[in-house]
Amino acid sequence: MATQGAIVVDKERCKGCGVCVANCPTGAIALSHEVNGRGYNFLSLVNPEKCIGCANCATVCPDSVITVYRVKI
Amino acid sequence: MDINEIIKPENKVYGKSPILKDNILHYCPGCSHGVVHKVIAEVIDEMGIQDKTIGISPVGCSVFAYNYLDIDWQQAAHGRAPALATATKRLMPDKYVFTYQGDGDLASIGTAEVMHACNRGENIVIIFINNAIYGMTGGQMAPTTLLGQVTATTPYGRKAELNGYPLKITELIAQLEGTCYVTRQSVQNPAAVRKTKKAIRKAFENSMMHKGTSFVEVVSTCNSGWKIPPVQANKWMEENMFPFYPLGDMKDR
Repeated sequence: MATQGAIVVDKERCKGCGVCVANCPTGAIALSHEVNGRGYNFLSLVNPEKCIGCANCATVCPDSVITVYRVKI
Repeated sequence: MDINEIIKPENKVYGKSPILKDNILHYCPGCSHGVVHKVIAEVIDEMGIQDKTIGISPVGCSVFAYNYLDIDWQQAAHGRAPALATATKRLMPDKYVFTYQGDGDLASIGTAEVMHACNRGENIVIIFINNAIYGMTGGQMAPTTLLGQVTATTPYGRKAELNGYPLKITELIAQLEGTCYVTRQSVQNPAAVRKTKKAIRKAFENSMMHKGTSFVEVVSTCNSGWKIPPVQANKWMEENMFPFYPLGDMKDR
């Protein structure tokens, strides 16, 4: 059963540590080239079609900036 | 499918715990403290014990834990969190009392307090964050620093003949009669985070069953103190800390 997911990132709280990127199984996320108000390269969903909504990124996020949504397709 | 069709409240599967406040954590990017705070918040939320939980924060980076979790807190003198937790739990036995301590706080200045609290079998939870370094003060050698590890005060690596051996305090505590549950976990990947959550939940449940002290060590990273970027710090921890501090339950009764 396939699922499709999406994430919403609280950009201003993200510190760009990249632990989520290392734990994403599909390569859907990457750190942005832009910076937020505190000077960090925040997380962004660069390949939305690859996101399966597994919530691995949100589980390891130290700052709880990621909200995960998932639907069955 | 369009991303805006997925992002709807009914499709939400994971988000920030309501127990966590909106303050931005002061910890460095990638610090394990944030993950452990989140795990504790989720356990408190799932057990529905927000108004019955009292945390004791230590001295160290996590001294500001009271800014992030929306529960009752006390702040102890350096290393004395188990003593304060003892008093709190004895005066209010219907509350869930836990201490949150780092390795400099628990394994160095607070060794006596934690040993005797565990030996008395106080019905509290002790959460021990072991990152093998004094993180807050700039990465000096802690009792838990590994042999050969470079820190601000051991620039050529820790040497046994000069600095002694790393202290496996969790193994010592597992031998005490007063403890009922002693475990060592980590938070570097999703599987490890879920195991840590299970361990902390069990520890909270034990504290109400009057079985004794529950002790949960979380092997953590201090990327600023170790001078390693967050993702590589997690790898360094797996390669260097796990052989010396093996994960798993040491005692469960």
